[in-house]
This record gives sequence, C-alpha cells and structure tokens, in this order.
Amino acid sequence: MPRLNATQRHRVRLTVNGRQVEADAEPRMLLTDFLRHELGLTGTHVGCEHGVCGACTIDIDGVPARACLTLAVQADGGTIRTVESLAPEPGRLSILQQAFRRHHALQCGFCTAGILMSLDCYLRDRPEPTEAELREFLGGHLCRCTGYTPILKAALEAATMLHKKRPEEQLHA
Amino acid sequence: MKPARFDYVRAEHLAEVHDVLAENGNDARVIAGGQTLLPMLSMRLARPKVVVDIMHLPQLQTIDADKGTIRIGAGVRQAQLLGWPLLSDRQPLLAAALPWVGHAQTRNRGTICGSLAHADPSAEIPLVLVALGGTIELSSRRGRRRIAADIFFTGMMSTARSEDELIEAAILPARPTGSGYAFQEFGRRHGDFAIAACAAVATDKGTRLAVAGVADRATMHDFAALDGSALDDALDAFAWDLDARDDLHATARYRRELVRRMGRAVIEEARRCRA
Amino acid sequence: MATTATTWCGQSVERVEDAALLTGRGRYIDDLGVKPGTLHAAILRSQHAHARIAAIRTDAATQVPGVAAVLTGRDVTALSASLVVGVKAPIECWPIAVDRVRYVGEPVAIVVATDRYLAEDALDLIDVDYEPLPAVVDPNDALDPARPVLHDGLGSNIASERSFRYGDPERAFAEAAKRVSVTIRYPRNSGTPIETYGLIAEYDPGEDAYDVLSNFMGPFSLHAVMARALKVSGNRLRLRTPPDSGGSFGVKQGLFPYIVLMSLAARVAGKPVKWIEDRLEHLSASVSATNRVTTLDAAVDADGRVRALAWDQVEDVGAHIRAPEPATLYRMHGNLTGAYDIRHVSVRNRVVLTNKTPTGLNRGFGGPQVYYALERLMQRVAIELDLDPIDVFRRNLVPSGAFPYRAACGALLDSGDYMRTLETALTDGGFAELRARQAKARAEGRLYGIGCAAAVEPSVSNMGYITAALTPAERRKAGPKNGAQATATVALDPLGAVTVHVASVPQGQGHRTVLSQVVADALGLKFSDVRVVTELDTGRDAWSIASGNYSSRFAAAVGGAAHLAANKIKGKLAKTAAAQLNVSPDDVEFVGGKIRARGNPDNALPFSRVAATSHWSPGLVPEENQALRETVFWTPPQLTPPSDDDEVNSSLCYGFIFDFCGVEIDRVTGAVRIDKYVTMHDCGRILHPGMVAGQVTGGFTQALGAALYEEYAYGPDGSFLTGTFADYLVPTPMEIPEPLILHVETPSPFTPLGTKGVGEGNCMSTPVCIANAAADALGVAAIDLPLTPAKLAAHIHAAEPAPRSRPTVAAAPIKGRALRGSGEAHADASPDAVWRMLLDPKTLEALIPGCHGVEKLSDTHFRAEVTLGVGPVTGRYKADITLSDLDPPNAVTLTGIVTGALGDGRGSGRIRLVPDGAGTRLTYEYDAAIGGKVASIAGRLLDGAAKIVIRQFFTALARHTGGGGKSGFFARLFGGRA
Repeated sequence: MPRLNATQRHRVRLTVNGRQVEADAEPRMLLTDFLRHELGLTGTHVGCEHGVCGACTIDIDGVPARACLTLAVQADGGTIRTVESLAPEPGRLSILQQAFRRHHALQCGFCTAGILMSLDCYLRDRPEPTEAELREFLGGHLCRCTGYTPILKAALEAATMLHKKRPEEQLHA
Repeated sequence: MKPARFDYVRAEHLAEVHDVLAENGNDARVIAGGQTLLPMLSMRLARPKVVVDIMHLPQLQTIDADKGTIRIGAGVRQAQLLGWPLLSDRQPLLAAALPWVGHAQTRNRGTICGSLAHADPSAEIPLVLVALGGTIELSSRRGRRRIAADIFFTGMMSTARSEDELIEAAILPARPTGSGYAFQEFGRRHGDFAIAACAAVATDKGTRLAVAGVADRATMHDFAALDGSALDDALDAFAWDLDARDDLHATARYRRELVRRMGRAVIEEARRCRA
Repeated sequence: MATTATTWCGQSVERVEDAALLTGRGRYIDDLGVKPGTLHAAILRSQHAHARIAAIRTDAATQVPGVAAVLTGRDVTALSASLVVGVKAPIECWPIAVDRVRYVGEPVAIVVATDRYLAEDALDLIDVDYEPLPAVVDPNDALDPARPVLHDGLGSNIASERSFRYGDPERAFAEAAKRVSVTIRYPRNSGTPIETYGLIAEYDPGEDAYDVLSNFMGPFSLHAVMARALKVSGNRLRLRTPPDSGGSFGVKQGLFPYIVLMSLAARVAGKPVKWIEDRLEHLSASVSATNRVTTLDAAVDADGRVRALAWDQVEDVGAHIRAPEPATLYRMHGNLTGAYDIRHVSVRNRVVLTNKTPTGLNRGFGGPQVYYALERLMQRVAIELDLDPIDVFRRNLVPSGAFPYRAACGALLDSGDYMRTLETALTDGGFAELRARQAKARAEGRLYGIGCAAAVEPSVSNMGYITAALTPAERRKAGPKNGAQATATVALDPLGAVTVHVASVPQGQGHRTVLSQVVADALGLKFSDVRVVTELDTGRDAWSIASGNYSSRFAAAVGGAAHLAANKIKGKLAKTAAAQLNVSPDDVEFVGGKIRARGNPDNALPFSRVAATSHWSPGLVPEENQALRETVFWTPPQLTPPSDDDEVNSSLCYGFIFDFCGVEIDRVTGAVRIDKYVTMHDCGRILHPGMVAGQVTGGFTQALGAALYEEYAYGPDGSFLTGTFADYLVPTPMEIPEPLILHVETPSPFTPLGTKGVGEGNCMSTPVCIANAAADALGVAAIDLPLTPAKLAAHIHAAEPAPRSRPTVAAAPIKGRALRGSGEAHADASPDAVWRMLLDPKTLEALIPGCHGVEKLSDTHFRAEVTLGVGPVTGRYKADITLSDLDPPNAVTLTGIVTGALGDGRGSGRIRLVPDGAGTRLTYEYDAAIGGKVASIAGRLLDGAAKIVIRQFFTALARHTGGGGKSGFFARLFGGRA
C-alpha cells in the first residue's frame, strides 16, 4: 500500500451497518470524527477521546471497541456497526433497547450508544451472563446519570429474553 | 484534542515495516491495536512523522505453541489470546493476568506486543513476561534477535528496542509440569493502572516474584525456597530495592507494604498451586 | 369545574425521550448541522498556575492556511467588559487571561480555523513567554497576608468575609457540658458529564447582536452577566439550547465564560464559530465544586443535645470569583443547622482566591461541604459522649409536628416528619441486622464500620440567598433580590392538541415525560397526547433570570408552573364547554379526552374540538375565555429577601434524608467495600417513581465517587494532576453497589404539586455517611475525602521499620509533582578535569541529553535547546541553566529551567566531586518540579522521565571521561541505546 500523505485526504471505504460507504479522511482523522462528521452517523458519541469513558464504543469487525482509539484509515476495508443499526425497523426498538427503556437505564443518553453496542456484541456470545460478569464487562463504560443499577437490570432482562428466543429466531440483541 | 499530522503506511510486507523504521527512526511509530498510541497521538504527546500499521500482515497474527514455548505474533490481540482455548493449560499465569489488562473493549483491539513496546511500568503483560523469563523477538533490516524480558525493559516506557526494530513476537515458556503460579493486582478501580501487581512462579528450583507498578519497570527477584521470617526479610529488602515513589494514587510506603503482603500471598499461593 | 383524579402522575411511565436516544437519533450540540462556512475554535491554555505573560507571539499561527483569526486577552478586553463579580470588591474577571495567568488551564489564546485539527495545529505555533510567579494553592495559605496576591486590586486573597450570629451562641457554649469540634478539608470534585461543553456562536454586525446555540443549562441570571460583558442589551444576546444535552449536574453552568469568548471570536472572524470542549479541557478548566476548610464546634449537653453550633468556613473559589460565586457557600446558609433543632449559631465565612480553576455549580452545591462537617460532628458527639449515634439523632432532629419549622438561620423547613422517617429507615432498612453483621465481622477480626447521616435537601433556591454575602447595608443599597420565578406555557393548536413549553433545559432528567404526565392529568388526556418542548430560546420564550435547570427546581417549581398553566387553560375551556353542554362551568369535568357534564357522561364534547375553538371560531368565544396559549409565572411568597438580621430562607423546599451504611476495609490494601447502603428520602410527592429512583442512584453513585475516588488534585506549585479519566477516577459498575432506597412522602405545602427536589440529596448525605462508617471501622477521629486505600491503610499498617539493607534515606514526604532523588557515577578523570568539563559549553552540549546547542550567556549561565523524551513522548524545550555555589573543584549547584509545549520543569541539583583513585566519584542530589500538560495528563511518566534524563546526564559525563556508573547499573540501563 502506498504511503498516505499526512496533508492529504484519502478515500476510506468500509461497510457500515451493512452498507458500503466511502468518504475522505486525512491519516490522522479519528474514526469517531469520520463516522460523525463525514458519514453523518452522530449516534456514536465522543466523551473523552482517550479510551476511558466508552461512549464511542462501536462494533469493529465483530467486536466492541473504541472508535476514538481507531484511525479512520485503519478501518479502511473493515466492517462496522453503530447504534443506528440496532433497531429492527423505524419506530420499533430491539429487545435490548426496549429493556433499557423499561428500566430507565438511561437519563441523558450520551453514554448509552456505547453501552448498547458493547452489550449487543456481548449478548450474542454470552447468552446467560451473570450479574458479576456483566459488571466486569461494563466496567469499560462510564455513566454519570444512572448509577448503573438500572443498566445492569436491563441487560440481565434482555439476556434472558434473547436466550428464550434464540432457538426459534435469530434476533438481534 | 486531535492528533498532529502524520503519514500512514499500511504494511503489506514485513520488509515495508523494516524500511519505514530504518528510514524514519524515532519519527516512526508502529501501530498495532493503537490502544495506547492513539491517546498519545490525540494528546499530542507523541508526534511521529509516520505511522506504520502492521495489522494486515498474516505472519504476525499467529499464536504458535510447541511443547516448550508459546510464540505470540505482534498482530495478536489481547482478546484473541485470552480466547485461545489452550491458554490456561499452557500458560496459566498469563491467563490469570490478561483479564486485568484494560477492559474487554480495549483488549479487543490492543495487542500483546503493543503492551510490551509501550513498557508501562504497571502493565501486566510485561510483568508476566519478566516473571516467566520470556523473551522478545526483534527484527529489522539488519536481522533478527531475541532479548530476555528482564533486560528488555530498561525503565519508564523505555526498552532495549533500537529505533529500526519491530517487536515481532513475544515468546513465553509453556508451563512446565510441577510448576505453580499466582497473580494478584491492586488498583484504585478494576482496569486501572496497577498500584502494585505481583506474579509468582514456583518451580523445583525455587520461587520467583515479579512486581509491576512499583519500580520504573516490572522487576523480579528469586526467593529460592525461603519462607517464614526469612521470606519476610527478603521481601522487605526487595520492596525497598524497588525504589517506590509517591504519586497521586498511593504513597511509596503503601506500595512497599503491598509488595510485602501481596508478594508473600502470591508466593505462598504459587507454592500451594505447585504442590 | 372540578379537578379530576390523578392518573398519570405517580406512575413510572416509559419516557418519551428514550426512543430517539436509544436509536442514535438524539440531537446534542455536536450532532446539529452548522451553517456552511462555520469555523472551529481551539483554545491555548496556561500550563502555569501563576505567571505573568511577558509576550504572546501569534504571527506563525495566524499565517497557517485555514486559520481565520487568533484572539488573545487584548482582543477580548478591547471588545468586551469584565464579567460582573458577585462580591463588592475591586477586581475584574475576564474569560481569558489578561497579562497574567492564574490557574492551569486558563485560556490564553483562541485560534479559529476551518477545522478543529487545523486549529490545534495552529495552537502549537503560538509562543508565549511566561514569567512564573509563586502559586497559592491551599485555602489556608490564601489567608496569609505574606503570600502572593492573585488580584492586585483586592490587596489580599480574601474576596469576601462575613460573620453571622443567630440566637445566643456565646452563652450556649459557655453553659454547655461539652464542646465537640471537627476540622475538615473538603476536596474538589465534579460531576463530569460525559458530554462536554459545546456551542455555536454567531455575530450580526448589522444589528450588533449575538446568537448562541449551546448546551448551557442556566441559571439564566447569567444571561445578564454575558450581555453586559458583550456590551449589548439583553435582547441582542439570543441564547438557544439544543433539544438534548448529555448531562450537566450543575457543571454546564460553567459554559458561560466561553459563550462570551466564542461570541467575540465569531465577531472577529466574521463567521459562525463552533467550539466543542475536549475532555482534557473539561477536567482542567471547566468548573469544579469548591474545596473548603471548615472548623465546626458544637455546644452539647451531657445527653447529646446540641445547643449551639459555631461554623468557621474558608471557601476556596479558585482564581476568580466567577458568577454566581460565592453562591456555593451561601446556598445552605438558611439551613446550616441541618435537620436539627439548634437555636444558637455563629458563622464566620471567608471566601478566598487560589491558583486553581474557578468554581461553580455542581450537584449538591454547597451541601456536600456543609454536611461533611455537620455529620462528622454529630458522629463525634456520640463518640465523645459515649452515646449511641442513633440516640444523638433522636435527641436533636426537628420534632414531629413542628413543621413548617423556622430554623435559626432562617430556613423555613416546609414539611416532614423526621422522627418517623428515621424510625422507618431503621426498621425497613434493617439497622439492627446491620449491627449484628458488624458485631460478627468484628469478632472475626475484620475492620467493619457503620456510618449514618441525616440531611435536609434544599431545593428551589431563593435568588436572594446570595445577597447574604453582602452586609444588610450593602443589600439595602443594592435593592432587594429574592424569589424563584418559574414559567410554563401550555398551548393549543388548531387540531386541539396540547404543547407545553418550559424555560428549564433538561440534561437527561426526563422533563418532557413528567410534564406530559402533569398536563395530561390536568386536562384529562393520555400522557402521549401532550407534547413538550424543552429547548429554550431567550429570543422567543417566556423566561426569567431564575429560569434554567438548577437547584433541583424542576419537579417542584417547573412541574408546578406547568400544572398551573394547564389549569388556567382548563378553566377557560371549561367555560366554553359549559355553554355548549348547558351546564355550569363548575359541573364540567375533563376525563378520557372528553369534556363532559359531571354525572352525565353522554353530555360530552371531544377535548380537541373545544380546544380548537379559539382558533376556528374566535368570534364566538368571549375574550376572557380565549384559550390559545397560557403562560404562568410562579414565584412562591415564602422566598423573601434576607432580613436585616441576616436570616434567609435560602430555599423553598427541604426534603429529608437519612442514610446508613456498613463498610468493610481490607486489612491488606485499605480498600473500602460497601457492604450495605440504605438511603431514606422524603422528597414530598413523587411524580415518577422510576425517575426518582434514577436521581437517587445517580446521585448516590456520584457521591460514592466523591467519597472514594474522585478529586481534582493539585500539586503544591499549583500544577493540575488529574487531567485525564485515568487519573480523575469516576466509578464504573465494578465499584457501585445497589443502594436500598426507601421513601416517606410528606407533600410540600408550598409547591403546586406537593413536590420537592430529590436529585442532589445523596451528594450531600452519602460522602459523609461512608466517611463515618470508615472512621467507625478504623476508630479514627480525623478523616478526609477521598478515602483512598493508601490513606486508610496508613491507619492499618504498622509503622514501617527502616530498611535493613541500606542506610536510612531521608523520608521527607513528597507531594504532588515534586521529585527528589540522588545517585552517583564514576569518572575516569581527576576532579579538576571534571570540573572544567562541567563549566565548558561544548562539553555541556555533549552531556545534556538531546541538546541542540549551548549558548553561553556568562561563565555560569547557559541557554540551550533540548529534545527530551521518554518512549514516544518527546518534545522540544528551551533550557536555561545556571551554575551557583561554586566550590571548585569540589561542588557546584546546577539549576535548570526547561519550558516547552508539553510542560515546564525546574530542577536544582548539588553535584559533589570526590577523588576516587585516579578518577572522580560524582554524587548528586536533586529536587525537581514539573508542571504543565504532561503533569496534568501523564503524571505517571514524570518521575521516570526526570530520573532518566538526569541519569543520562551523568552517564554521559562518566562516558565522556571514560568512566561508568559505579554499580554497572548505567551500563545496563543505557548500554543498548547509545
């Protein structure tokens, strides 16, 4: 691959939420800025830009990871899912999203997208997590509003509901 | 809080990595998982001229285990190793320590060798390598060399890597039969930099303790078969030798106390686990 | 007309806000599109706690392609006026440094460019010459007249001082059986919302008017401050807010200086300017709660009855007394007696300035500081008199049946039954079981403690409380200030649908849902029928200076105003409907979307049809019944100005909280584990139990953070030490237990819905409750936050014997970023030869790590450019080196100052040369202090960095002479890196 010049914008092509998309980025552009300001996917939020708060967590190549700790050019050719992909259709919420709403697992909603993306990935692989496992896994996220208790309840309930449904239909978390 | 400008090279051959490093020296940075480099770039603490991405080189993506060793390529992510089914059997100390590295979301991108390259004095992976007597494999245009972990780390974020060298792999001894391991860490919160982390390895030759978070690098000491008050005395001397410092999160004295108490606990646990 | 039974209020309905927020469709400030051509700002900030700005060179930055403007303090003072200061003192408060910086993070220059990346590139090219001044960091030091003065006009660092006296405290103390005293140092911390500040500012030169969209939260009293600073009338500063805001907890009040700054930047640049604060900026320089040193004494009877309190509070507001400070200190003034019936109080309040970030609103706002002192004191009363702490509460709580109760300092405690609430908490919370648990744990040798705390939680502040900072004479001159104006508008559209507007900007509290419930109940509608608009536009909406979302005023004041507005419109609709239904308006009821005759449900009209009447056929509606849009302004009469005796009812409502907890402290690590936490609240009537629970658990979590983890920490030189989320430690799910939440409801008689605030109480009660438990576990009297493991372990671990293996080192405690070290090296040259090397610029150039050239200014003064770094962290610095105390060829002191983009450092070392065979043994001791960016964001690096650089110097010296490190250590350290 040729050396991408620092001062120029370069085409970045990737699959986002099931669609092929492309836009230009300087090598230094963070994936968060690329998603939000080049692709218009503002559901992914920026909270700290140093990888601690977890607000920008998205699904990168099948696993939850920090968009702010990724360069857009690193993601070239990759596959990404963001919070905008979670609802099965407009006006309907996924099982996980519904559980969050039922349990008041969000207040300002700013950290929520990152937490949802982490859980959406996690619950696919871990159908029956314990509360302790969930706590440890969600240790990678900061929420300043809820005190976490309702988030854990929502996640546990969603896990149970997804687990029950799993054999019959492959539903999205 | 945005990075300064740099060129980006996505290497398709190992030689490209070596070329970039040879030609740019300290102005080049290797990016693997990027979990440590990206904050440094965004804070403009690091301002390389060129960043070379090594994550598209298949030969760096492998975990190779023969009966004596485990070789972990520079592209192997922490989560990938943690998910390696043989890990807890082949190297239980690493299996115990890995969950303490950052959080699941950063382990999904961060690499084993990236952590070694960064050489944070409180990091778990350098600690495990030092405790186990592992080695680091470096390569450059000039060739390839291996260096023992305990001399690879030379201080705070400093290593024996030359500017033109890539850390190509970390090599760990597999668990020999009849050995025992233990790991304990204490930080302010789970996932934080360790205030102190202790790893012990007990074999028929004696017991080794390695400590991170206290000195300016992971540091080890062999305690032979000492026990009782002799062990306490040796731990006390070791604790002082680490030259702990006060910082925001803990005093030097507190760190020494953790070395004495946690150190003793992991040594005893490693011995029990061997027995 | 008759009122209808409540249906929606009291239910935990699903929030109307959530669907958008869960699907990534929120509309936060940084999600909104901007006008084409909008520019982006970045801010250069001070790395010094205190320094004179000798020069700022911006030419190189201005010339970067894409940079539209660079502003410094001069531009700002030329175009604006100082922010109004809330005390009578001859000082100015600018939103950017003018000739002098007074805290790390203070804005020094602004770059406006086509994108943020470019703007930050240009920041790197601004060159500032600072002349460092000594910093004042500790609030007690600020009282010392010998210390440097931050604001020359003030003549000292005390910005405000007042003493108060209620009842006869001197006599009570003289007659008391016992005097109990605590001194506490409450640290700095913050709610750190996950969304940072953001704004888009635009200037219209044709109308000399500013238009700013920002996630500012109010209070809109600051609108007046901003307009005056911008030198425009209020109607030429239009503030708008986006629909969503990512949390505030008071903190987004601190945005207002940036509204002024960026408005000016937009004016200079001639284009709209957008600025999104980053996390490093937020942590170092947004706003912080005050830190406070309090000494509190109680005059106590032998049975634990407290007769009098004597408060001495030293409030640290940082480098500027920025509006609305000193409000943090006075917000609790009326209720300084807490939940207790104490009639005699003396208060001495001093507000001091230090070289730290200016303070402002933060959840709990003055409560955490007050209750930490008061509830520590109550625990000490129990301990020193050997009483059960619960009995001390029983003896002192305001008695049942005494409400409304006028407290000594003027608070009118509106409602409650503290005794019953306490007993219910003990019973339902399992206090007896907790005591048994403690006894068992202690029997097993574990460190287990129980803590309790009682608090009244004020809400709906009286604007007048802040004027208690003025003397009665000053107040008379300034004119009275008081009240708490709340506004709400209910509008009907041509299809008869209902829309509610309020001037209270939510940051996630669910205002839209609750107001839907309130208005739907009033009008007999489904809550989903009502839509609520909460974004505020000062150019169009009904607002007052009390507007905004602060002081827990939503449920009590804003919800109440919406209820009144809905009832106002309901009254009019009832008359219109009554005419058509042929009944008296008193016999009309609003039920299930219908307006109908009471007792005859078939005689009914659809609500929407009646509601649309004034649109479609206004000619048929008498003028007094026209119902299109009703706005209510509500202010409670209880909120009067401070009296001439300084009695002030500082808030309208006072909830009651009683918390208790059990904690265990690990004997090895000193870590605190919360075993059980019970929090009992009486917050009046509850409109939405789910949201109340959310406010309680959220507040509890922030409070737990303040108790155990969080602190905005400063070094003794004023360097800021917690500039990232890796050092400012916010609790994660791993640290947070689920509290048991209990409720008793005694509605407030003073609010339209009987509601009170609830969101701040745990920030007041929880930190001290946990500290009381930790103090109980350890058996210690003095305990300050945050309760770090190292701090607690110092009480557990036995004294550390000196090391056996080496000589005792001076164990002077080193705090903050001061570094101290020593070492030695061997040189294969005589002391005379080594001496000549040390004084020779050419040799120094070879010895100093990363040196690019030494300029000799005199025999003992050199200047150099150096590149220093650890690992990938490298930066170029200017170094200034002087040699002093020369004792040739035996000893010399080398002092160096380095300054650069990543920070600055000052170090001094004494080098001694001793003949050692044919060579020289060099021993050195050094002290160094490092500040600036690296200290703030990567403090962990510094010890190592300094050590490495210093060792490099001596290794180079040794190598230069053909020697080496004595122990071979240097060879090992640097052998591979030459």
